[in-house]
Amino acid sequence: MNILRKKSAAHLPFSETAIELFIRLCGISSILFVFGIFFFVFREGAGFLFGGLDLGQFLTSVEWQPTSLNNKRYGAFALIVGTFSVTLLAMCIAVPFGLGAAIFVSEFCSPKLRETFKIIIELLAAIPSVVWGFIGLTLMNQLIISVFNAPIGLTMLNGSIMLALMSVPIIVSIAEDALKAVPDSYREAAEALGATRWQVVYRVLLPAAKNGLLAAVLLGAARSIGETMAVLMATGHSVNIPSGPLSWIRTLTATIAAELGEVARGDEHYQVLFIIGILLFTITFVVNLIADLVIKGIRQES
Amino acid sequence: MFTETAISKQKRWTENVMRIFFLVMTSLMILPLLLIIGYLIYKALPVLSLEFLFTNPKDNMRAGGLWAPFLGTIYLVVVSLLVSAPIGVFAAVYLNEYARESWFTRITNLAVVNLAGVPSIVHALFGVGAFVLFAGLGESILAASLTLAIMTLPVIIASTTEALKAVPMSFREACWNLGATRWQTIRRIVIPNSISGILTGVILQVSRAAGETAPIMFTGAVFYKAIAEGNLFAYNVMEQCMALSLHLFTISTQVPDVTEGIPYGTAVVLVGSVLLVNAAAIVLRVYLRTRKKW
Repeated sequence: MNILRKKSAAHLPFSETAIELFIRLCGISSILFVFGIFFFVFREGAGFLFGGLDLGQFLTSVEWQPTSLNNKRYGAFALIVGTFSVTLLAMCIAVPFGLGAAIFVSEFCSPKLRETFKIIIELLAAIPSVVWGFIGLTLMNQLIISVFNAPIGLTMLNGSIMLALMSVPIIVSIAEDALKAVPDSYREAAEALGATRWQVVYRVLLPAAKNGLLAAVLLGAARSIGETMAVLMATGHSVNIPSGPLSWIRTLTATIAAELGEVARGDEHYQVLFIIGILLFTITFVVNLIADLVIKGIRQES
Repeated sequence: MFTETAISKQKRWTENVMRIFFLVMTSLMILPLLLIIGYLIYKALPVLSLEFLFTNPKDNMRAGGLWAPFLGTIYLVVVSLLVSAPIGVFAAVYLNEYARESWFTRITNLAVVNLAGVPSIVHALFGVGAFVLFAGLGESILAASLTLAIMTLPVIIASTTEALKAVPMSFREACWNLGATRWQTIRRIVIPNSISGILTGVILQVSRAAGETAPIMFTGAVFYKAIAEGNLFAYNVMEQCMALSLHLFTISTQVPDVTEGIPYGTAVVLVGSVLLVNAAAIVLRVYLRTRKKW
């Protein structure tokens, strides 16, 4: 079949060859773009990364003073801790709800209700991040002030709740796919032994789908790490190692968003922001890669 | 013989408890959506009117309407769509119709997944490095739209691939047997039979692009720019523009003493347009499913 097609390709009209070339070009464009993103972000930050930046200080110091006149410091440790702590707290909120909802939608629900829930979850995913930030700034801010009696509600907790609401749709949809991928014969076998639905879920489905569920959590976390506007507006935006859910933090993404507008091109500060970009790119790339390998792992097994 | 034993009673009880437990968990996720939309609309009611949509922001953005940011968002979305729709659709055609199972295809798919996972602020840095500076476009609608286009490409690729996969293999085989080339088959058979699915992806791209803030912040969107009211061609693609999402950020964090209600009104217009577009995609998909012939 392939040989036949290759032979006929020799006397294809020119337009056909041209369009095929265009299609192939589009096909590989994603690869080009991923490399392009890395290349151009790297290009802007490379000068300072290899000449001048104390990488040890960058990764371990908590002193972020890029605008200080005589004592410039580029320590991103507090920003890294901020990113990971807000993500961790967001996952603590989102994972139980996300997995619970996925189990409900895939195992306990009538088909009609399932469609409704899936549409609502899709709409939840569509709300722009700046709107989540605005909600954090207004509604959630007041809520946290009155519930915890805190002086200000723009805290890590606030940002985490917003991130949780944003990443729950991803977790639900991927976890539901993972549960769906478990063959029905597993369920039937368990039910034939007299197991209740819940026992089927707990003893059969969760162990069988654990890789897919892990991937769902990872992708949800990757989304939270990369989120910008919501954390910029809702977390108080102050460089700080958090001591609890009610402390202010600042994340890697929010730092770039807040400071890139104020720096001159080629400046050390400007280049450091691009180096933070490289760091973010690398973190999310690795997390996505792991999630992809985990998902592909199950597919090959089944 | 079939009376209820203690064990079966307990089993039924746990079953019901778990069902309710999971129902509550799911509802707790859905509740915020309704709550938030309700809250936004309630707070925005005093300012919501057609005039709000068609007048420019006034008085250092403390009063007035949304015309300039609204039109700017439309420009950004349309230009980014013009770029990402053809590339995305053809990329999906390549992955589904041309590529064979190989390590290269695997890497291409991985690249699509990773492109979708790149944080929006990194896309912004890329836009600054590649389009604003390297390509020399400056901060302009074009540069911002190109950044948005690359960011939303995976959305179109994913849903187009889905749509192409749904076309039965026998359709293609029948066409090949008549002597059609691969491109003829794609153009006459595969794409016409999956056009609604492809459109759904395009619509979702629109909704995604309209809501993004970070990628356009440094590549072409500005805090304030006055344009002619009522003129649909008020922007030039080589100039900067305002955008709804950035406008919401600006007036809620950077501008003091904004008239109560205006930020809420902006949020309602933004969420409203995005959800409306998404609802259109959902309706299209449901319609599609009901009239599918194979």
